[in-house]
Amino acid sequence: MSPQTPPHTTASTPLRTATTLARQLGAPGPGTSIHLGADLTDAGAHPAAWRTSGSQGAQLFDPERLDALVATAQRGLLDLVAFDDAFSLQPHARGVRGRLDAALVAARLAPRSSGIGLVATIDTTHTEPFHVSKALATIDHVSRGRAAWQVSWSTDEAAASAFRREPAQDRADAIAEADEATDVVGRLWDSWEDDAEIRDAATGRFVDRDKLHHVDHEGIRFAVKGPSITPRPPQGRPPVVVRASDDASIDLAGRRADVVRVHATTPDEARDARAAVLDAARRAGRDPRDVRVLVDAFVVLADDDAAARARLDLLQDLQGVEWETGSLTHVGTPARLAATIAGWSEVGATDGFHLRPASLSTDLTLVVDRVVPALQAAGVFRTSYPGTTLRETLGLARPVNVYAASA
Amino acid sequence: MTSPRKQVHLGVHFPGVNSTTVWTEPDSGSQIDFSSFEHLARRAEDARLDFFFLAEGLRLREHKGKVFDLDVVGRPDTLPVLAALAAVTDRIGLAGTINTTFNEPWELARQFATLDVLSGGRAAWNLVTSSDAFTGANFRRGGYLAHADRYARAGEVVEVARALWDSWDDDAVLADAATGEFLRPGAVRRVEHHGAHADVEGTFTTPRGPQGHPVLFQAGDSAQGRDFAAQTADVVFSMHSTFDAGRTFYDDVKGRLPALGRARDSLKILPAVTVVLGDSADDAEERARVIRRQQVSGPGAIAFVEQVWGRDLTSYDPDGPLPLVDPDVEGASITRGRVRHVADPRPVVAQWRDLAAANGWSIRDLVIAVTTRGGFVGTPAHVADEIDRYVQQDASDGFILVPHLTPHGLDDVLGTVVPLLQERGSFRTEYEGATLRDHLGLAHPDAIASAERAIAG
Ligand SMILES: Cc1cc2nc3c(=O)[nH]c(=O)nc-3n(C[C@H](O)[C@H](O)[C@H](O)COP(=O)(O)O)c2cc1C
Repeated sequence: MSPQTPPHTTASTPLRTATTLARQLGAPGPGTSIHLGADLTDAGAHPAAWRTSGSQGAQLFDPERLDALVATAQRGLLDLVAFDDAFSLQPHARGVRGRLDAALVAARLAPRSSGIGLVATIDTTHTEPFHVSKALATIDHVSRGRAAWQVSWSTDEAAASAFRREPAQDRADAIAEADEATDVVGRLWDSWEDDAEIRDAATGRFVDRDKLHHVDHEGIRFAVKGPSITPRPPQGRPPVVVRASDDASIDLAGRRADVVRVHATTPDEARDARAAVLDAARRAGRDPRDVRVLVDAFVVLADDDAAARARLDLLQDLQGVEWETGSLTHVGTPARLAATIAGWSEVGATDGFHLRPASLSTDLTLVVDRVVPALQAAGVFRTSYPGTTLRETLGLARPVNVYAASA
Repeated sequence: MTSPRKQVHLGVHFPGVNSTTVWTEPDSGSQIDFSSFEHLARRAEDARLDFFFLAEGLRLREHKGKVFDLDVVGRPDTLPVLAALAAVTDRIGLAGTINTTFNEPWELARQFATLDVLSGGRAAWNLVTSSDAFTGANFRRGGYLAHADRYARAGEVVEVARALWDSWDDDAVLADAATGEFLRPGAVRRVEHHGAHADVEGTFTTPRGPQGHPVLFQAGDSAQGRDFAAQTADVVFSMHSTFDAGRTFYDDVKGRLPALGRARDSLKILPAVTVVLGDSADDAEERARVIRRQQVSGPGAIAFVEQVWGRDLTSYDPDGPLPLVDPDVEGASITRGRVRHVADPRPVVAQWRDLAAANGWSIRDLVIAVTTRGGFVGTPAHVADEIDRYVQQDASDGFILVPHLTPHGLDDVLGTVVPLLQERGSFRTEYEGATLRDHLGLAHPDAIASAERAIAG
């Protein structure tokens, strides 16, 4: 692992003052790269994206299309790409309908990519923590340390009736279960110490069984004995991603998340959201420096603002309704998006952005070919991956094993 | 024109988490690193094999209350490994063992549909039914399933999975940009099933894979298991790898098909088999002896007899005589998480004592003798002859090759025996189709369904 050379900004005096202030507030300093993710769900964030030319609506489930998207994101040195998932079919009449299992998609993309993180969404309401743990550990093994888990929970009847274990849970209950599941999944990752496999031919022992641990979880909702059947993943614990929007999910994020996605439309909103998440982390006894907060940014790009606006108008006409995103929405040039990203980051409003290209076929390419170079020229974004794992890219330490620590 | 030879079907089994796998050799590689999986899958594809196969066990085996540490321990999750292999292979089938007791049909159906889509029609599901409480302790549902119910649940899980796969037409994705219809109207239908083991209702999420249904393997041996295979499976993974036992099993299972309206060749029977090659018969025998001693270490031999004696025997010398102490009938389940169990150990112990006395065997000699099963040992020409003989004479439809070394253990077999089978016209020299169903000569499920309708009508 080569240490990252910090790209320095040539900040003007007011900017430097803001940065210093932000640093005192526990905000990210200028010495580190901002973090950029990209969402590769469906044909893009806009529900009509699949209908625009070049979006390959009929090839939406082809792995080669996904390989190409990941290659693009990787060319732009993005931190990660994320795939949404759910157990119910998208209800809308005119958007994309149909989903592939996100964990298997991430695994399929791993051997043909490098550097970039692969984030799979997995539900905690209707799944077994034991299966979730080994699936993510395995994506981390096949990607050699580039897996991450976006935790989701379901409160909809449609998903509940696919399992009918019990009626749909309310939100508080589902988030409480997500919290419990995330805890257990993390301990299952730790249930093998890193050096448990000894292959000691002299004594005939393949493992040192004192370094394998029952997790012995006895909760209200489930019990899990352990240890995992899968050795500890390369990252120790693949990063956990949580989308935080209200007190309950912010609390969950503070307790369990390494990467937190928030919605914000202004730097002030972003700063408040970030502060709330870091407070929650502190309350949970964690070091807030171990958490990266990313603002969801919806983007429609073109060479000039009018052309970008026209692209959005076309999408809206196709869909027949206004596009409501609830977070920063950039309709304009790549240069202006780069300025926004750099500006928000430099005032300490956020650690970076989770980009939601309106149309993957158009906007992701423009992000990589136009926005990223502008950010690199401004000295705020990396020019190479700092290591090989997602944790290294995110600047997050490999976690100490809870069982090794207590031994 | 001569009648075409019956074709051999071959799969490769990734080295197992058991004593067949030798890990003490210097060139024994990682059972976790993806490069090991990639090596075996690519080698097998280069040799035009039908499929790559992964086993599964959902709890680490324990012995005397602790994790059993003498064999390889640990493996990655089945389906993500197969999905990753889909990225580095093009044609070979990708078969994964997944338990029907500790998984839900909705989730399984999506995972296998996804694997089939991502691999271009190469997915197979080996259905296993272990349902013990020991394994269940890792799951929220626990070990709630009575042994007698294991196939009832498996049957229902498969029934629901098939209904879910069939709820999307092959051409359901229309993606008509002009009209905004992403799905063809009427091409995706709701599924409703309310049964004792599965209660499922809703519109399925995942497009139908190229194979319609993944190929279904089954690996149960009881009468119930054989009935289940005859009703449900496309392939039986069997452990009857000697010629006579193979033929008996083959006749038994294939004999169950006509009553179910199924053709004999719609179900393939593939025993697991090990292969040891040598330059001469003697050379191969000697290599096989060496491998057997590597597979049964001294501590491994003691642990094996402890399973039958039901008590701690670590004070005994594995190279010495059998324990004189009697088996502890109460302690008979000191090993957990294995498929094999002994009901009453006393007759077994008596028989083993006679065997050891007659042959002058130590504990380790005895364990080597009683755990040696079929398997082909000889020159490549001999092994090719044997494989072909079994298949032409209906002792099997082919084999699942089980290596003893990770990941190079089958390099020699794939490089020497397979070409000989190709020379004699018993094994393909090129893939003829794109999907695993094509490789195995299995019909697409739509064709099967219409044939069944024709029989019923
Ligand atoms: C050749 C063979 C391979 C098997 N592999 C597995 C396996 O990988 N994982 C598993 O849980 N069970 C495995 N089993 C167990 C069977 O699925 C089944 O649960 C067991 O044989 C009990 O069913 P039965 O009573 O019908 O034989 C295997 C069985 C056989 C015969």
